[in-house]
Amino acid sequence: MTFTKLFTQVVFMLFLVLIPSMISAQKATSIISNQTAAVDTVEDEFDVNEMIMHHVKDAHEWHLWGSEHDGVSLHLPVILYDNGFKVFNASHFYHGLNVVEKDPKTGEKLSYLLGEGPAEGYALFHEKIYSLSDGKLHFKEGHPHNAMPLDLSITKNVTSLFIGAFLIILIMFSMARFYKKNGAVAPKGIAKFLEPLVLLVQDDIAKANIGEHKYKKFVPYLLTAFFFILLNNLLGMVPILPGGANLTGNISVTLFLALSTLLITVFSGNKNYWRHIFATPGVPIPILIIMVPIEIIGIFTKPIALMIRLFANITAGHIIILALVSLVFINKSVAWSALSVPMALFISILELLVAFLQAYLFTMLSALFIGAAVEEAHH
Amino acid sequence: MDLILPDYGLLFWTGLVFCLLLFLLAKFAWKPILNAVNAREQKIHEALELADKTRAEMLLLQAENEKILKEARAERDAIMNDAKETALGMVEAAKNKAKEEANKIVESAKAIIASEKSAAIRDLKNQLAGFSIDIAEKIVRTELSTDSKQKALAEKLADDINMN
Repeated sequence: MTFTKLFTQVVFMLFLVLIPSMISAQKATSIISNQTAAVDTVEDEFDVNEMIMHHVKDAHEWHLWGSEHDGVSLHLPVILYDNGFKVFNASHFYHGLNVVEKDPKTGEKLSYLLGEGPAEGYALFHEKIYSLSDGKLHFKEGHPHNAMPLDLSITKNVTSLFIGAFLIILIMFSMARFYKKNGAVAPKGIAKFLEPLVLLVQDDIAKANIGEHKYKKFVPYLLTAFFFILLNNLLGMVPILPGGANLTGNISVTLFLALSTLLITVFSGNKNYWRHIFATPGVPIPILIIMVPIEIIGIFTKPIALMIRLFANITAGHIIILALVSLVFINKSVAWSALSVPMALFISILELLVAFLQAYLFTMLSALFIGAAVEEAHH
Repeated sequence: MDLILPDYGLLFWTGLVFCLLLFLLAKFAWKPILNAVNAREQKIHEALELADKTRAEMLLLQAENEKILKEARAERDAIMNDAKETALGMVEAAKNKAKEEANKIVESAKAIIASEKSAAIRDLKNQLAGFSIDIAEKIVRTELSTDSKQKALAEKLADDINMN
């Protein structure tokens, strides 16, 4: 199919253009801002919290190997909207000056990276980009109070999102090609592996929860959501480059997915659905005064629960695995690997199950909510 | 805290990529895949139904065959019995006829023998009578061969008559 070929090429070109990344050994220069009188002895203490949060959160670089400052990283493109678009590589932050400041109140040491070149006027603190005022960041209780430009950067999670989408398209198009070529025959190869999952979504999720007559319209959304969540869950478990980003454990991603379910539910809701919310049949008016706000809140709590469930499950899995691996570094003894490696392995296998389970749950509950919205009155 | 705060950049990219993905997959993947899978399901369903129908028909046919076979067997037995009876009857009839014929032959033989016998007896009687006459003639000739004998005889005969 020429379309797939063309699509592959276009995506590949996009990657080349969008990620003019530099694989480089970082050489961060540290300066001490004027306010800080003296530098404390640089402690190289291993901070578990810092390490885990760094891995679980988004970043403007894709750390490949080596230690944090001398290791090899892929620097990703930064896209800012601050009175017009500004596009530059994140290396302009990572190669910039490392400013260490003391919080005026708590005395906590805070370090941020000063942008240089095209990144002039911005600073990177905990992977967030702030506009400088008076050439520096102003901290208050550990947080900068500077303005933030709209950050549309191709971050680590966005890159992972592209890779995931590319893989889904590659896999599903090749599956579709099998059926186009062979017609309605018994599946082979990739189709044989994926067909039970497609049928699971179509029959056991969509048809069972939405109903025989109306499910067809919602199957594409449910299938896309299922495979999007599943593949990105699995990619998140791969510790090296194509994976490793905590995409489905990011609240922005789960927020969008839950929002989609909410919008589909609200816009496909029929008269019967809205009547049950605003004038539940057989309920007296004084009780309705209490019921209606609860029902309205209910419309939103359902997708919010979806959002939090997926985010919390995946992030928790990542945190547990990282914490178990960290045992070795906290205790500074390889002997601890005898405990931490089997346990991390066990949790990883559990996470494989969770990857499937969460994809299934999200899709199943979405179908359930849609099913409730399109259900016909039966009295 | 920023772990649970949405990031607008990622939200934007997720929305864009997900919508594109939904559009592309719905058009180029889900449609052909589901069409093929559902068509196949329909095909299998129909094939199963047909198999069930065929099986029922087969059973019916088998029962019919059994019935026909049974009937044929019964018919064959009847024909065999008939044939046996007919054969026996024919043999019996032939035997009877043969006996009758033999009897007839014997009867006619007996009649012929009887008539031949009577003819032979009659013939013999005739011949005997002829012989007796010849003998008597010869004797008479001898008795009457001379005149004296003739005279003597005549006298004798005359005596006999006179005496009466």
